[in-house]
Amino acid sequence: MELAELNTVSFRYQGSPDYALRDVTFTLKEGEYVLLTGPSGCGKSTLCRILNGLIPHFYRGELKGEARVAGYDVRSTPTYILARHVGMVFQNPENQLFLSSVERELAFGLENLGVSESEIERRIKWALEFFNLTELKDRPPYMLSGGQQQKVAIASVVVMEPEILVLDEPTANLDPLSAEGILSLLDTLRREKGISVLLVEHRLEIALKYADRLVIMQDGQIVEEGDPRSVLLSKRASVIGIPPVVEAHKVLSGRGLDLGDVSLTPHELASAIERVMRCGRRGG
Amino acid sequence: MVRIEDLHFSYDNEVEVLKGIDLEIERGEIVSIMGENGAGKTTLIKHLNGLLKPRKGRVEVLGMDTRTTPVAKLARHVGIVFQNPDFQLFAETVEDELLLALKNFGFPPNVAKRRAMWAMKVFGLEKYKDRSPYTLSVGERKRLCIAAVLCYDPDIIVLDEPTSGQDFLQKEKIMEILYLLKQQNKTVVLVTHDVEFVVRRSDRVVVMRDGRILADGPTREVLGNVEILKAARLKPPQVVETARILQVKGLIDPQCIPITPYELAKEVTGGRP
Repeated sequence: MELAELNTVSFRYQGSPDYALRDVTFTLKEGEYVLLTGPSGCGKSTLCRILNGLIPHFYRGELKGEARVAGYDVRSTPTYILARHVGMVFQNPENQLFLSSVERELAFGLENLGVSESEIERRIKWALEFFNLTELKDRPPYMLSGGQQQKVAIASVVVMEPEILVLDEPTANLDPLSAEGILSLLDTLRREKGISVLLVEHRLEIALKYADRLVIMQDGQIVEEGDPRSVLLSKRASVIGIPPVVEAHKVLSGRGLDLGDVSLTPHELASAIERVMRCGRRGG
Repeated sequence: MVRIEDLHFSYDNEVEVLKGIDLEIERGEIVSIMGENGAGKTTLIKHLNGLLKPRKGRVEVLGMDTRTTPVAKLARHVGIVFQNPDFQLFAETVEDELLLALKNFGFPPNVAKRRAMWAMKVFGLEKYKDRSPYTLSVGERKRLCIAAVLCYDPDIIVLDEPTSGQDFLQKEKIMEILYLLKQQNKTVVLVTHDVEFVVRRSDRVVVMRDGRILADGPTREVLGNVEILKAARLKPPQVVETARILQVKGLIDPQCIPITPYELAKEVTGGRP
């Protein structure tokens, strides 16, 4: 089932002569993990803002085409309703966290929604455990590390039980190990809770392995999308940069090694090489 | 160029953040300082232009003792770009931001104007010339800070997490700039978590952990050493990790340390071109 659907959508910010999005058609299915990437200024954030109604309700401008999210027409649905279905996480968690403790932060949105006290308690308990934040529950978010803050930001969105999670460069300010921790948690969430994930990320070397689909945007348009392994071999991949393992895979294939599908991780590449080398030895 | 001897530092006189750092950096080197958050990397680089002074030990930059040399004088020779660009931007327009430092350091107006234009072009910022720095994206603001330092031509350039939040094309651009600086025999100190960036562009890697230097050597030696990386909570570069798995399985030479895709391919195909 399509959870989000943009049909030939264009958007121009008020006061800007150029369209930030041009004729974009995009769908997000239930339980799908989509990685969206492309050069800065290509329209990724604009696309995210449409999915949660920040466009057109907060950012003014000219919106053309059809945009439906969780069955709602984005244009005619107030953002507080969309917020129950689409959770947003941004690059800088500090902008999202403002309460006195992690626990308060998680309760805030639920209280606003009028969720019952026992249900709030149940969801918070689950989130604290899932995100490994139980020990930090009484700490003020600003005292936490960047990685912990980002976990709190994601947890505070996930407790609302949205069907879609949209994350706009959530790991940009994190070190690689913290970033990987966050991305693997998202993958678990998707698998355990069936949440659809749209992740905007530049660092393909850590983000690729979870993605069902890779979408490349450039100049306000989607220029390539599909199975990550085939998208990475397309010409357009040159604008997003190919991770070193994919590069190594291509070099080795070019030298006649039949490694099969493109490897996305060092483990995949090593296994592919091992298979070829052992076969070669047996044969020779 | 830079000589650091037995440097100790604490912010509060109680907890030592730097616990005896010895480090020498030569002219023309590109050195990357790596290590997990809290290892003391940023504290260390703040000593290079005298923003912080040693509690014990000494820091010498181009022969000047940072304890006795005014920060303004050191800043002419050591340009630092910090991780968060917002702490460094003051001016009303992008162009003024670049002209500010040039004016401070006494460049004549016509030269300053030309240098500012050059720097904007290099970083793809000329279209924002008359815009406020605050209307730019985080990545663009970061590039503006780097441009502001390069344009007054310091001998030593220190970049704290230059690639964070930058897309692939911009990272490539930053790499080109580093190459350019190297050709001009400038000294570059990078603080970064980005192993794939370091592996391609850095001459030398210094790994810090808990206020001390854990390893210091050529990039290949340090980033090829999985044990050191593990101890410093750093992820190995993808090629190194792949080679390591193949070595454990006895499939390639256990002594080799490939760091580029081409070197790995050579090891796998046994030197066949």
